Amino acid sequence: MLKGRSLIEPMDLSLAELDDILNLADRIMHDPAAYADKCKGKVLATLFYEPSTRTRLSFESAMLRLGGSVMGFSSAESSSAAKGESVADTIRTVACYADIAAMRHPKEGAPMVAAMKANIPVINAGDGGHQHPTQTLTDLLTIQTLKGKINNFTIGLCGDLKFGRTVHSLIKALSRYENIKFILISPDELRVPDYIREEILMKNGIEFMEVERLENVIGELDVLYMTRVQKERFFNEADYIRLKDSYIVDNKKMSNAKKDMILMHPLPRVNEISVEVDNDPRAAYFIQAKCGMYVRMALILKLLGVE
Amino acid sequence: MRYVCKNGFNIETIGGGIMLNIDSVEKGLVIDHIKAGKAMEIYHYLNLDKMDCSVAIIKNAKSKKYGKKDIIKVENNLDMDLKVLGFIDPNITINVIDNSVIIDKINLELPQEVENVVKCKNPRCITSIEQEIVHKFRLADREKGIYRCVYCDTAYDKK
Repeated sequence: MLKGRSLIEPMDLSLAELDDILNLADRIMHDPAAYADKCKGKVLATLFYEPSTRTRLSFESAMLRLGGSVMGFSSAESSSAAKGESVADTIRTVACYADIAAMRHPKEGAPMVAAMKANIPVINAGDGGHQHPTQTLTDLLTIQTLKGKINNFTIGLCGDLKFGRTVHSLIKALSRYENIKFILISPDELRVPDYIREEILMKNGIEFMEVERLENVIGELDVLYMTRVQKERFFNEADYIRLKDSYIVDNKKMSNAKKDMILMHPLPRVNEISVEVDNDPRAAYFIQAKCGMYVRMALILKLLGVE
Repeated sequence: MRYVCKNGFNIETIGGGIMLNIDSVEKGLVIDHIKAGKAMEIYHYLNLDKMDCSVAIIKNAKSKKYGKKDIIKVENNLDMDLKVLGFIDPNITINVIDNSVIIDKINLELPQEVENVVKCKNPRCITSIEQEIVHKFRLADREKGIYRCVYCDTAYDKK
């Protein structure tokens, strides 16, 4: 039962609950009109202590498409946080006005504090470099929609695997599905943190390998999930120059990929996926953005107990 | 050798302060094998400063096993949350004393959770700014004794 609960990290949800949300999102996707008034009279508060385009707008769009209303702030400067108000006090106040809240905060764990203090469901919309569960739901829905299932795949995660919160959450979530193999593609200094390798992958006996170059493994992948590698993350210029092209997907690399591979990216991209790839039918990142809205619609319905 | 005495222990120094004798506890606890220099930390973790019981802290006592160790003796108080000691140092041993005889030895285990014992060192953690928050760590790996902050998942580094 998801009614009244908060979503702080993907692992808060059981596999059955995840399936429930993904299946509802799928139904909404195929018949949005049937859900257009489901949240009439309900209010979503979007509490964004730092800027965001996609996440905030997709939450707002999700609630509006369910017939509900939206209120909130989009930076800490325009909230009482600027006056030094605690997260606990802010959420208790907001809970007087809203039925559900989505919170993005630069401090890790802030949405958890909010969830502990609020009597309304709180959705973590990204807390620092920590968790971003609705991005994970988005990613899972995209894979399920485009590939028809979420098991028996080789998943390539490429780029900054050390600081990328979307990657960490996705590995955790996918590790619960059957026969998932990971190929982790990153420069040595941006490999996944030890705790992901040891406490998630090795502990659960999940097959994985770590490689430095995308071109060597792209042909093995069913899903390629790209993230941006920032120049300043490299320890030295020489390594950056040696490896930078390996983390850019272009038509040439795509020509070696499977015909049914899907190419995902949490967006925004800078140059890690060449624009020329956008027309490739395997490019899934804008479909992914749309899935983000549907899955947030499903999540709001479930947490409010409407559906 | 330094020592602290609070309420009622009979402390006797012999040989110009080189030897130290403290009367045995009649009823209470002897917290032994504390890493030398850590006794005051444990005194505070157990909130002994707030309790109205006799407490003796012995620092840098000789230890066959560790060379030096600290010891805390607590008279007449058995009602303490000792689980936290497993988090601080699982090598600590606790003897329960009644009628000046050891009636029980408490083996420490790594507790599942500790609250307000240590603070998260991650500067990006919400605990670094939120007022009056409970600092909470959960055991993530029993074999390696790794604890993680419940808010940000950062591992606590005991060093």
